[in-house]
Order: sequence, then C-alpha cells, then structure tokens
Amino acid sequence: MTPPPTPRLWTSAVPFYVALGLIGGLYVGLIVALLVADLSYTSPGHVARALASPEIRSAIWLSLLTCSASAILSVWVAVPLGYLLARTQFPGKAVVDLLVDVPIVLPPLVVGLSLLILFQTPPGLAVQRHITVTYAIPAVVLAQFTVAAAFAVRTMRVTFEQISPRAEEVAMTLGCSRGRAFWLVTLPEARRGVLTAGTLAWARSLGEFGPILIFAGATRMKTEVLSTTVFLELSIGNLEAALAISVLMIAVAVVVLMITRTFGLRGADVI
Amino acid sequence: MVAVEDVCIRQGAFGLDGIGFAVPTGAYAVLMGKTGSGKTTLLEVIAGLRRPSRGRVLLRDRDVTRLPPAARNVGYVPQDGALFRTMTIRENLGFALAVRGAALSEIDARVTELADWLKLTNVLPRRAVGLSGGEAQRVALGRALAFRPDVLLLDEPLSAVDEVTRGELVALLDSIRRSRAVTVVHVTHARAEADRLADVLLELDCGRITASQRSDPVAAARGDSCQTYPN
Repeated sequence: MTPPPTPRLWTSAVPFYVALGLIGGLYVGLIVALLVADLSYTSPGHVARALASPEIRSAIWLSLLTCSASAILSVWVAVPLGYLLARTQFPGKAVVDLLVDVPIVLPPLVVGLSLLILFQTPPGLAVQRHITVTYAIPAVVLAQFTVAAAFAVRTMRVTFEQISPRAEEVAMTLGCSRGRAFWLVTLPEARRGVLTAGTLAWARSLGEFGPILIFAGATRMKTEVLSTTVFLELSIGNLEAALAISVLMIAVAVVVLMITRTFGLRGADVI
Repeated sequence: MVAVEDVCIRQGAFGLDGIGFAVPTGAYAVLMGKTGSGKTTLLEVIAGLRRPSRGRVLLRDRDVTRLPPAARNVGYVPQDGALFRTMTIRENLGFALAVRGAALSEIDARVTELADWLKLTNVLPRRAVGLSGGEAQRVALGRALAFRPDVLLLDEPLSAVDEVTRGELVALLDSIRRSRAVTVVHVTHARAEADRLADVLLELDCGRITASQRSDPVAAARGDSCQTYPN
C-alpha cells in the first residue's frame, strides 16, 4: 500500500510577513506622504515669517494658555472619574461609562453647537451674567475641555485598572482611611498615567477646531488659536502661512508622542 | 484572639455560610483548604476589607465587624506582597508608624530593628520594585508587623518562593510563633507548612471549618538559629 502523498507545506513564514507588511505599509506610506507633502511645500523662511506675525503670535500664546488650562481641568476631572469607573460599582455605571465616551464620537461641530445652546438656556445665561463665555476665551477652554477630558478619563481608567487594589487595601490595614490610602499609595503609583492623561488632553486641545469655531468663534487676536489660524489663513488664501502653522503643529504632535512614550503609561493603548 | 462567628459571605456564585472559628491569643493558626474555597475571602473579612452579609468578627473579645481596617490593629500580608512600589523599602517598613504620626526617631529605631531581624539592612534605601520573591515577602512581613498589631494575617506567604528561601521564611514565621506576641492566621494549601508551624489547624472544606489543636510543632532541623522576633 503506497503512503498518501505528503502535503506541500510552506515552511517559510516570509510570504506571510511580506503580505502583512505590504498591506500595513499602505497606511504608514500615506502618513509619510502627507508629512513629506507638507514639508516640501513650506520652508524655514515661511515658518519664520509666520511666527513674526502678531496675529499668529497671539494665537500661539492663546493656544498655550487654553490648552494648559484645558489639560489641567481634564486631569482634575479624569482622576476621580477614572478611579470610580475602574474600582467601584454603582447603579448606572454603564450609563456613565457610555456618557463619558460621547464627546469622542460626537461630530465636533455638534459638540460646539450643543455648548452654544447650553449657554442660551436659563442656567447658562445666568452664568454669563457673571462671566462672558460664548465667543470669548472661556469658551475656547470649555470647548477644548469637553473633548479632551473624555480622552483623559479613558487614560486614567486604564491606569487605575492596571494598578492592583491590594496595595491600597494594605495601606488601609496599616492605618489609613480609603482616601488617605488613595493619596499616599495609589495616586503616586498612577503618576505615569496622570502624565499621559495630561499630555494627551493637551495635545487633543491643541488640535480641537470644530467646537471652538462654533462656540468661541475665530476672531483674530481674541479667540484665535492655532487650529483656527490654519482655517483663517486658508480662508483668505494664504496657503503659505496655513502650511507653516501646520508644520509647527506637526512638530508639536511628534514631541508630545515622544514624551508620552518615554515618560508615560506603559502598555496602554490609549495613545 | 481572633474569632469569627456565623459569618456569611456572598460573591456572585461563590458563598460561605455560617463560618465560625476561634484562635486563642498568641496562637499560630494555619487555615488550610483547596484553591478557591474562600480562604482569602475569610482573611479579607477579618481584616475589614470585606463586609460579611451576616455574622461577627471578634478581635481581642471586641466586636470589630463594623470597624474599618485602620481601627482593627491587624497586619495583613496578601499573596503577592503588594509592596508600595513608589516608596523605598525603608519607607514601606516605616509606613504604618509614619501614618500614625510617630516621631522620626521612633520610626527609625523600629525600621532598623525589623530590618535587622529580616536581614534587609543592606537594601533599605532601594525602591520596592524588582525584588526577589523572598525579599518581597520579608518586606511585606516587616511592614505588617511594624506597628505591633494584635493579629497577623498571612495569605499563602510561601507560595511564590523557592525551596531555600521557603526554609528561611519558615524560620522567621517560627520565631513569630514562639514569641507569642501576635495571633497569626496563616493561609496555605501546603500540608507541610501546617505540620511545621501550626498550633491550631483550621480546615476549610465545602464551606465548613473543622478546628484541631496540634501538639507542639516540630522544631526546625537547623535549630533555633533565627533571631527572635522583635516585638
């Protein structure tokens, strides 16, 4: 009786990896092509000219201010919320979980419009009697915060999920209340996560455009931030300046990514 | 003394009903049972980290069922040690005293004393990360004993260490037992540990505990070469 024919086996894994590389490479190639295109259309001279303009300088300054404020507020909100979502059970938790992700999936213009509407409601108008929000700087911060905080909460939730609750429990047996144990043990251990959440919120705030345009407007020298600068420069046909700012923002994005990879949360797929 | 009366715990599908046992003051109790039988949960109830749905926990004849962990004077060593990774070993050992606002000199003295006994003096300035299994368990043990608790709860303290280290740790635990300074509940699934250390053997099986007194456990072949536990 003749043995059955031996099946042909691919002993090499090379074709498999080549196929994966080609498909994945399409996307990486697209990103590289975008960056190269931007860089080739501008020059250091263009960037320097843009940076010399008083409107753009004001926009840079306002961006730094509002992004930092938004990042701090985001982290301030994300730490408690992330902890509660990661460590506790409460009625309606699934709903809260869902709500916190809403700003991420909502179209940005809808976020802006909703904020605008909110401040036309009686409570919103009451607030505006004391501090002007709509079409002013607080609106920029609020618009940035609304979306950035959602990312910060996600990051902090993952952070606290990665930290074993045991250390906090041991601290309680050693004489701490839950709050003190959180402050002395859990929060220090969450440092990297906090840094990542803050950096992520900052970067996201820098890139926010839609909500700012609707809610804060894009008034030169008043509520203009870098993302709206690109829009304004494009709308008056000044491609040169728009690209120069774009390249500036790409550089900032790369720096942010490097910071989070070096000092930030390990092994979390949030950024 | 540690006593548990008619304790019921429910967690999803898992439950313990009407559990009760008592360990006399200064005795070394070993709680044995199969994996998943609820031993860790029982320790958590005694420590105050989990509320039973029914029943009482008594420590030193006091009903502590409603008290938070911080008020129970219980030292707890969980299975993985759970060291404070952002602190040094010195800070870990001194944590309980620092939290109580003890004077720096007092904290220093106690940490030195414990480090001496646990042979951790050389590693005190190190951060509590990347320690070997044996070192981590010794730090966890010292941390739990720093504030001289009435009760010490150990959750499978010898499960993550090699043979040689286990021998060293057993000697340390034996010196605690001989000092009679603290009532111990030591959870394990290894019969050898019970044979070696237990004054009282508690066996958890199918949600019931059977208790038995043991005659004086066999002294180590190495003799009493380990320093006595500094209380």
